Amino acid sequence: MTTDPLDLLATMLLVRRFEERCAELYSGGQIRGFLHLYVGEEAVAAGVCSALGEDDSVVSTYREHGHALARGAEPEALMAEMFGKVTGCSRGRGGSMHLFDRSLRFVGGNAVVGGGLPLAVGLALGDALQHRPGVTACFFGDGAMAEGEFHESLNLAVLWRLPVLFCCENNRYAMGTAISKEHGRTELALRAASYGAAAWPVDGMDAVAVAEAAEQAVAEIRGGGGPVFLELQTYRFRAHSMYDPDRYRAKDEIAHWRERDPIELLGQRLRADGRLTDETLARMDEEVMARITAAVDQAAGEPDEPVTDLTRFVYSDGSTAAVAGGPR
Amino acid sequence: MTRMVETTYRDALREGLREALRTDERVFLMGEDVGSYGGCFAVSLGLLEEFGPDRIRDTPLSESAFVGAGIGAAIQGMRPIVEVMTVNFSLLALDQIMNNAASLLHMSGGQYAVPLVIRMTTGAGRQLAAQHSHSLEGWYAHIPGLRIVAPATLEDARGMLAGALADPDPVLLFEHGSLYTMKGQLAEDAGAVDIDHAAVRRPGTDVTLIAYGGMLGRALDAAEALDADGLSAEVVDLRTLRPLDDATVLESVRRTHRVVVVDEGWRSGSLSAEIVARIQEQAFYDLDAPVERVCSAEVPMPYARHLEQAALPQVEDVVAAAHRTKG
Repeated sequence: MTTDPLDLLATMLLVRRFEERCAELYSGGQIRGFLHLYVGEEAVAAGVCSALGEDDSVVSTYREHGHALARGAEPEALMAEMFGKVTGCSRGRGGSMHLFDRSLRFVGGNAVVGGGLPLAVGLALGDALQHRPGVTACFFGDGAMAEGEFHESLNLAVLWRLPVLFCCENNRYAMGTAISKEHGRTELALRAASYGAAAWPVDGMDAVAVAEAAEQAVAEIRGGGGPVFLELQTYRFRAHSMYDPDRYRAKDEIAHWRERDPIELLGQRLRADGRLTDETLARMDEEVMARITAAVDQAAGEPDEPVTDLTRFVYSDGSTAAVAGGPR
Repeated sequence: MTRMVETTYRDALREGLREALRTDERVFLMGEDVGSYGGCFAVSLGLLEEFGPDRIRDTPLSESAFVGAGIGAAIQGMRPIVEVMTVNFSLLALDQIMNNAASLLHMSGGQYAVPLVIRMTTGAGRQLAAQHSHSLEGWYAHIPGLRIVAPATLEDARGMLAGALADPDPVLLFEHGSLYTMKGQLAEDAGAVDIDHAAVRRPGTDVTLIAYGGMLGRALDAAEALDADGLSAEVVDLRTLRPLDDATVLESVRRTHRVVVVDEGWRSGSLSAEIVARIQEQAFYDLDAPVERVCSAEVPMPYARHLEQAALPQVEDVVAAAHRTKG
């Protein structure tokens, strides 16, 4: 693995603290809309994104803070987006579910389950047709595997041998419906393999395992082997969204998974390897917290988009920055 | 003087495709049976042989995936043309059209435009019944972020694609299924046409007939019949259904003071309703009579020829409506 596990830890810590602060802000009414927290699943975003380079693209879901931060998005721009500010990464038009960063090829959170998959196939097609080296990583959940768009997209990607990394975050619930109630066969990697993609399950609570799997997958894809499907077995520690009373999960099930908190797991391993001390961890945490606090303060003070600009960006307004390849 | 050549709507569409593929290497065509089969309606016949399978791509029957693939490829700098066999099938791709193509630019705060063209067949008249015959372009015209165009003439069949490809935003191009065999003369050097404006296809002074796509011919035939009745009808071809060219419509209304809207779509909650609303909002005091509408009967399109024809706006319906505006 080429990634330093300490970097994985730092990424996971950033995601965790960012989201904990978002939950507080949400409870305090400072941010609104839907807020879907990734707490517990951080190893997936950190591991997968560590295997990507700047030519690669990322398509995400509505539970995307982790993906955006792991991809390298600035927490300040994300927090400003949470506050709906013009300085937000989507100029206040997207919110928590629709974070975008063109400079990182982060093509947004898609809030229709499965809807990002065809888009990811197209990004990969665009790279392939232009003989560019990019791989498109597409995150989606176990729930999306019941959607037709998943099956259409995986088939098309295999058929055309497109450079797509299908990252199935199997957190065992499609919102409130347990995996056993949503799929006739719950071996998700096996099902993906039946389409002809290389596919295997990965311990999604282990950031190092995820990073290793993602590196291997990206290498296979770049080698022209066509798409790879990773079933990243993980668990969200918190409810589906801030509105969710979480009636459908047993407390002991949640407690059981919390014992494998990805941050704790990696921290323990790094301590055992002599690469981390309590002091270093405390310092990392302090730095992250300080950055997030500053991001919150900054976001709160930033300007709103003027209402006169409400209808901007419905159609292109002559700025070609958004149009890849420029005009004809 | 420009030489005129005889051609068809289908051949004119194909020439538009061929020119786009020749002049811009970013352009490619994909959809069901666009390659080996030559296109469900033979529009892309021969293009596979000329441009090869990378640029004329047959797809699986996966409307959502290949429309989404067009969106993604457009974002990456390509200029995809996606063909969907019929507007009814496009409903399988509605998520991608609505939630991605139309929304990405705004949702991303201006970061991701989607320069994509989606072509599809629309309309009835060929006894294809209720899942191949509807006119749902009015639905699409409801959606901010899209441009909707409907070529009704050979010039527009030839030239609208170039305009659509030059647009940085998604354009849906509706080809009326009954027009593919329409024959006529087209300038040999015909090329790109503007896709911003409606066009007056026949000048007149007494009543304005507003139509587009497959209904333009009916409106023109009605105008001829009305002429024989001593009524001078102006015919406006909307051409672009979103954004609507209010100015051309209103200028005509202010000349004639009487209006009939002819729309193959259903009446309720429709494009025709939108046009009528805009006329009354902006030209109410110029009207000498209530605006009339001639639309399809509100039934899923039936198979039997007599029933299908009974469901569609007919020339005599338009003529009668025009007479009603004269009281």
